[in-house]
Amino acid sequence: MNGNMIKDSRELAKWIRTHALRMTSTGGGSHVGAIFSCADILAVLYGDILHVDPAAPESLDRDRFVLSKGHAGGGLYAALAERGFFPVDKLLTHYQNGSDLSGHVSHKLPGIDVSTGALGHGLSIAAGMAYAGMLREAGHRIFCLLSDGECDEGSTWEAVLFAAHHRLSNLVAIVDYNRIQGIAPVSEVIELEPFADKWTAFGWAVQEVDGHDHEALHRALAAVSLVTDRPSCLIAHTIKGKGVSFMENTVLWHYRIPRGAEFDAALAELERQS
Amino acid sequence: MRDAFISVLTELAPQHPELLLLSGDLGFGVLNNFISHFPRQFLNVGVAEQNMSGLAAGLAMEGHTVFTYSIGNFPTLRCLEQVRNDICYHNANVKIVCIGGGMSYGAVGFSHHATEDLSILRSLPGMLVLSPCDLWEAAEAARYLVSHRGPAYLRLDKSAAPVTIRSGETFQPGSIRTVREGTDVTLAATGGILAEALLAADALAEQSIQCRVLSVHTIKPLDTDTLSAAASETGGIISIEEHAVDGGLGGAIAEALMEAGVFPGFFVRIGLRNTFSSVIGSQAYLRTIYSMDAKSITQTVCAKLGIAAEVLP
Repeated sequence: MNGNMIKDSRELAKWIRTHALRMTSTGGGSHVGAIFSCADILAVLYGDILHVDPAAPESLDRDRFVLSKGHAGGGLYAALAERGFFPVDKLLTHYQNGSDLSGHVSHKLPGIDVSTGALGHGLSIAAGMAYAGMLREAGHRIFCLLSDGECDEGSTWEAVLFAAHHRLSNLVAIVDYNRIQGIAPVSEVIELEPFADKWTAFGWAVQEVDGHDHEALHRALAAVSLVTDRPSCLIAHTIKGKGVSFMENTVLWHYRIPRGAEFDAALAELERQS
Repeated sequence: MRDAFISVLTELAPQHPELLLLSGDLGFGVLNNFISHFPRQFLNVGVAEQNMSGLAAGLAMEGHTVFTYSIGNFPTLRCLEQVRNDICYHNANVKIVCIGGGMSYGAVGFSHHATEDLSILRSLPGMLVLSPCDLWEAAEAARYLVSHRGPAYLRLDKSAAPVTIRSGETFQPGSIRTVREGTDVTLAATGGILAEALLAADALAEQSIQCRVLSVHTIKPLDTDTLSAAASETGGIISIEEHAVDGGLGGAIAEALMEAGVFPGFFVRIGLRNTFSSVIGSQAYLRTIYSMDAKSITQTVCAKLGIAAEVLP
């Protein structure tokens, strides 16, 4: 493994969080906790896992990435800007009148194939892309990042069934399992456990990973397809609000907008991190 | 109409390897020929219309022309958000095919009647909405859609009006077909129920009432010019649809003419009025129950023209 790569992805994660904090604060946007939760996953993906090229964002053999948890769009915008898909300056237009950067992720930006925001849509679209890839025996992979909350959606499980039936080994679902959904903990709303067993029973190759451990994420994502004749599911155990102590593991920071003293304290914490 | 559609798809599939037909586990016996000849271009996605629509969007993003196929409201209302967000917002090349438009499925019951689909689908930005009246229009619409780019909805009726194609006529999506000339009244119909309009026109002709009969095979975009001409040149317009009048063909015509500033002498919308088609019976029977059969159309015309209906056969 390349040590610099890991260092780079950690650096990228820090930038994703810092940008997202500023974007949500300036724009009055929410979901900063949900972005922080998956910032390390996005950083490892865009650090060195995804074969994507800002000079050719629509290249046929690129890896596809579908952010099914579209409310974390700010995190994806930050990752893409840092990777050179569009200027970093553009990030602060997030949520602003006339901006390209809607709160939920938009395909009107280079590097983004799919607009989402309504939950439970992304995995079906990704499965369609994967089926098309299988038909033409293409070598690229399709990654789809889901929230735990959207695993309440029946449509997610329709796609899970389909992908397993057709043995879409080029498809990788990553679940950002922070165990806190919109207004309450997952365990109080609709229990997902035994979560890994469910995916396994549906015919997926499943691996659980610490969703903030870059080395572990890199190892797992570089190794998928986990099994050659099945789709892969990576259940990433994460912490909502990860990176800012007072946001971590709180329902509040799913929707709260970081402003004033809270913004200053959050920024200071992020900047202290190496 | 369903068979005409499948025949065209079967004919064109070899020249269009990018074409995929997705079924929500429907089409028993009907799709067999297509499936046996083109197994790589067919996918039964199971009873999962939300997934079917999302898959279709993903496949279209990868360059496929995708037809989703199911009954009544299943490929539309069941998965409306996928149709709106995944297909229309991405301008994905997906053609949604509903078999069983209107009350085609008769006694099967209201769950299988598509009676709000036109108004809902036509409100989606970028959606082409086709609703053929006969087997020729159904086949031509299917043929057109294979090469069309972007989202489209094809509403296929179990019933079909008699084919009225003129020699040399070609299918013009986005236009209204004048099936019969006349100046006393315009009967504008969409789907197989145009047959009832033609029967009514025959009956009225015996009383020297000449009906202009229009087949509105394209609900969106709507051919305002032909409608404006009908409003100016005939005594009035009656819209006829096996569908709710709210926002359907009648609603669309009213919108178009109001905006164009062209006002017909009278305007009546024949269709379902704030009701579910909950009576049990065949498609023909239900048309009589919901006052959209030839006799009801004839009576409506007579009432509007001030003619005693009892003089009619």
